[in-house]
Amino acid sequence: MKTTERKPKAGSAPSVAVTAAQPDAETQRSWLRQMLLIRRFEEKAGEAYSLGKIGGFCHLYIGQEAVAVGSLAALRGDDYITASYREHGHALARGISARAAMAELFGKAAGCSHGKGGSMHLIDASLGFLGGHGIVGGHIPLTTGMAFAIKYREEDRVAVCYFGEAAVNNGAFHEALNMAALWKLPAIYICENNRYGMGTALERASAVYDISERAGSYDMDREIVDGQDVLVVYQAMQRAVKRARESKHPTLLEIRTYRFMGHSMSDPIHGHYRTREEVEEHRKRDPILVWSEKLKADGLIDERGIKALDADVISEVEDAYRFADAAPDPEPGELWTDVYAGNREQGTGNGGVS
Amino acid sequence: MATTVVMEALSPTMEEGRLVEWKKQPGDVVAVGDVLAEVETDKAVMELVARAAGTLLAHAVAAGTTVPVGQALAHIGAAGEVVAAGAAGAAGAAGAANGRETTPVAPVAVAAPPLQAAGGRLKASPLARRIAADRGLDLQAVTGTGPEGRIVLRDVETAGSRGTAPSAPLAASRPHVLTPAEPAAAGSAYTDVPLTQIRKAISKRLAQSIGPIPTFYLTAEADMTRAAEAREGLNALGEGKVSFNDIVIKATALALGQHPACNAWWQEDRIRYWADVHVAMAVAVEDGLITPIIRHADRKTLREIGAEAKDLALRARERKLKPEEYTGGTFSVSNLGMFDIDEFTAIINPPEAGILAVGRIGDQAVAYEGQLAIRKRLRLTMSCDHRVIDGATGAQFLRTLVRMLENPLGMVW
Amino acid sequence: MAVVTYRDALNQAIREEMRLDPSVFLMGEEVGVYQGAYKVSRGLLDEFGPMRVVDTPITELGFAGVGVGAAMVGLRPIVEFMTWNFALLAIDQVVNTAAKMRYMSGGQISVPAVFRGPGGSALQLAAQHSQAFESWYAHIPGLKVVMPATPADAKGLLKSAIRDEDPVVFIEGEMLYNTKGEVPEGEYLTPIGVADVKRTGADVTLICHSKTVSVALKAAEQLAADGIDAEVVDLRTIRPLDHETVLTSVSKTHRAVVVEEGWSFAGVGAQVVDVIQREIFDELDSPVLRVTGADVPMPYNKHLEKASKADPPKVIAAVKRVMYLEP
Repeated sequence: MKTTERKPKAGSAPSVAVTAAQPDAETQRSWLRQMLLIRRFEEKAGEAYSLGKIGGFCHLYIGQEAVAVGSLAALRGDDYITASYREHGHALARGISARAAMAELFGKAAGCSHGKGGSMHLIDASLGFLGGHGIVGGHIPLTTGMAFAIKYREEDRVAVCYFGEAAVNNGAFHEALNMAALWKLPAIYICENNRYGMGTALERASAVYDISERAGSYDMDREIVDGQDVLVVYQAMQRAVKRARESKHPTLLEIRTYRFMGHSMSDPIHGHYRTREEVEEHRKRDPILVWSEKLKADGLIDERGIKALDADVISEVEDAYRFADAAPDPEPGELWTDVYAGNREQGTGNGGVS
Repeated sequence: MATTVVMEALSPTMEEGRLVEWKKQPGDVVAVGDVLAEVETDKAVMELVARAAGTLLAHAVAAGTTVPVGQALAHIGAAGEVVAAGAAGAAGAAGAANGRETTPVAPVAVAAPPLQAAGGRLKASPLARRIAADRGLDLQAVTGTGPEGRIVLRDVETAGSRGTAPSAPLAASRPHVLTPAEPAAAGSAYTDVPLTQIRKAISKRLAQSIGPIPTFYLTAEADMTRAAEAREGLNALGEGKVSFNDIVIKATALALGQHPACNAWWQEDRIRYWADVHVAMAVAVEDGLITPIIRHADRKTLREIGAEAKDLALRARERKLKPEEYTGGTFSVSNLGMFDIDEFTAIINPPEAGILAVGRIGDQAVAYEGQLAIRKRLRLTMSCDHRVIDGATGAQFLRTLVRMLENPLGMVW
Repeated sequence: MAVVTYRDALNQAIREEMRLDPSVFLMGEEVGVYQGAYKVSRGLLDEFGPMRVVDTPITELGFAGVGVGAAMVGLRPIVEFMTWNFALLAIDQVVNTAAKMRYMSGGQISVPAVFRGPGGSALQLAAQHSQAFESWYAHIPGLKVVMPATPADAKGLLKSAIRDEDPVVFIEGEMLYNTKGEVPEGEYLTPIGVADVKRTGADVTLICHSKTVSVALKAAEQLAADGIDAEVVDLRTIRPLDHETVLTSVSKTHRAVVVEEGWSFAGVGAQVVDVIQREIFDELDSPVLRVTGADVPMPYNKHLEKASKADPPKVIAAVKRVMYLEP
């Protein structure tokens, strides 16, 4: 099946990195490690899913690591984040441990959501990581609400929302961005355009191809960003964060990226809706590859160092896997807890024969 | 037309009687009230009196025979009259009816058959079923007025109140039973208190778990040293000896006066609180036990109680007590101290709600006013029907009783 | 005690809570400058300003989500839906996020939001503007559903709802806003999850909520003239349902009729009947009957609309059936 890639309109070229304003070497290497962590974690999760240790849905982030790592690096610890159900990478980059994340995928009590959320609902309120949401576009208004609260309390935090390009035709997207621009809220809406909403290519779903053009409907600031270069992402995010913190204006970032795996574990890598050749072509711009080459070129790391990093990450992931595998399930009584505020200890008990 | 003489229920619980001895022979002329025979009941030997005047016709039952209550024993009629054998059972109703109160027998359904007919499932509302079961009503005999003949609440309520219709289908009629204790206690004032929901709930629950009477026991020990001194002093005053049992009976009666909640009867759907105090004392007789009653024991002096107790006990052993002398007690006292029993639990005498078991008075080494001393001690155990008396209620009564025994002047305070 | 309209009672509740707690704010269509589509928020913009009384675009899904997001990070929004018919657009936010965040996060996140507005029918508003959805929301674990019938209950319950840590669906009634009633002076809260016996009686229990409470009370008055003494139980909260008050009443009277506004299938009454027959079967002298709205979209015509609603004659007929009296 042939796919076409429309050329973007003039004037919307992806941002380029400003080499003069790079972070220090330590930070740059840490970004590589983070991306490797996400990559190896996702690969392991895929393996665990095939072995039946992860149930339900599992949406892998492989190929998009630079987006999460680069953007989250520009945030503060007290900022708020919401994401879609493809959020494992964001969770790890934000600081949820591999153990807590893997245990949650396995549904264990030691998971960050105590086994009650699963792959689509990784949540850690202490890190401002507010999920992990399952309804396409449904969480975008939540970020507008969080930005509203920030303004209400006269704080200088920022609220960030990650979603895919298939959400941008959704009513919730439109309503949420309109209010953010109307009320001038400190929000950043990050559209990770990986070109496919499940099996439907963007051009088959959108009358207007350029996502970022939608910002024009709300008179909102926007950028198109090359999502495979972590530094480009970082700097675009810095600009958006500054705009939000200082002048209380929202931004729509269209970050163009690519997912190497299927939509979810039940989806093939290629064949139905994209060709093997297309996937192979995009693999040439694997963000980890891109960044490794850049670091090597800048003399910040060598091949041996990269391999050492990778080995370290792999052992961290292996440890997380073993931890999750051995961890206990939630107690049966946990079925009934946390439905309402009052019943952390006792359930409503209304199930089965009533 | 001859009158039948039947075996009468001469005690509330009697089901059969043994005709001990005929006092009148066939051919004798009898007047109303003449003693026809001596009958042994489950409690005593009683006199069977004539209910009609005339000539005593043949004996239907020989001396020494035991017959069930209601069975014909003889006839009174005109001299030479012949009585058909079959008339015996059916006329029972007429003979015993004179001058006696009769309790209606089990409620009987009205003749009309229920609308729910042949082979079909009985339709009744859950509430109607429950009420019918509680009251022992047979739903088959109730007419349903709900849709498609459903038996509903009003149907079982009206069925229950149609009690006194004579029932042709029923065979031998139930004996006419003395309404328990009414004559014996007649003349005493009382207050009936319908059961509250709490009472109903307690009674239902407890009865299921323990047996017919949900009983609990309270024990207390009384220091009888001063009572012993007092008794010695009293008995030195003159005639009319007073025993420890008399003292206990008097104190019990007075304590009941202060704790009327213990002076009561369980009556199924209500509790009867008696205004007067009649203490029944358990007396061992040759083949069993009987409880003659000291009426108004709270008002009698110790000497009066002593004399009465002695007399009643004697006549009890001779089986010469009248029914009104052993029915109608409001509370019982049972004393096994003379058999050297330290303490025991007595069985409640229904419908009374409590009984006091009295042990022996003996010297014990106890802590008395901070010192080790030898004192005369008495153990009392009270059995309480929990449907009537709660723990605290019984305990308060017992405490009053103990205080009175320990400080005998309290009885005249 | 002062006599206050249901509308003003709600206004007082919101005003008091906004004064007491700076994290409470009101948002919805026309709540600010317009003073409220039904004037419930009259005067609030003047007192609290536009940051706390927020006029939203016509975007139920969007602003419900804004409310939920704000609640997730510690504010206490009152989200007003102009009617619960329109809230269908927002139901994803209420059901998929608000109701479930606490559970999915393993207890980390609360959503102390109140979603309020008028539900059910008014007069001749036709099919899309006359719907009673309380049983939909009552179906969802994680939500509470509150429906006051009187001004006193409206104020006390709205205050409780605003203070509640869980998301509360608070359904009022357009036909109730003008009704008057005594409201206690001073600070008071009415507990969520507790029904109220509005009229004691011995012969039959009428179980009702919101607009059907006055229907039941009128029926009870007429029944009294016939010597039938009806007890009227106002549920006040649909979820959690107050089993105890309902069961105590029906155990006493042995007969019950549920009077409800919504459609019959899987309506609130279906749950009430289930609880009664399951818990106190042996107390029933007859089946529990329900008087509901007709199982049709609401017609426009005045007479057809009237015929579709629960009214005193229908309640009386049901009572006579459960009492086995000729109609």
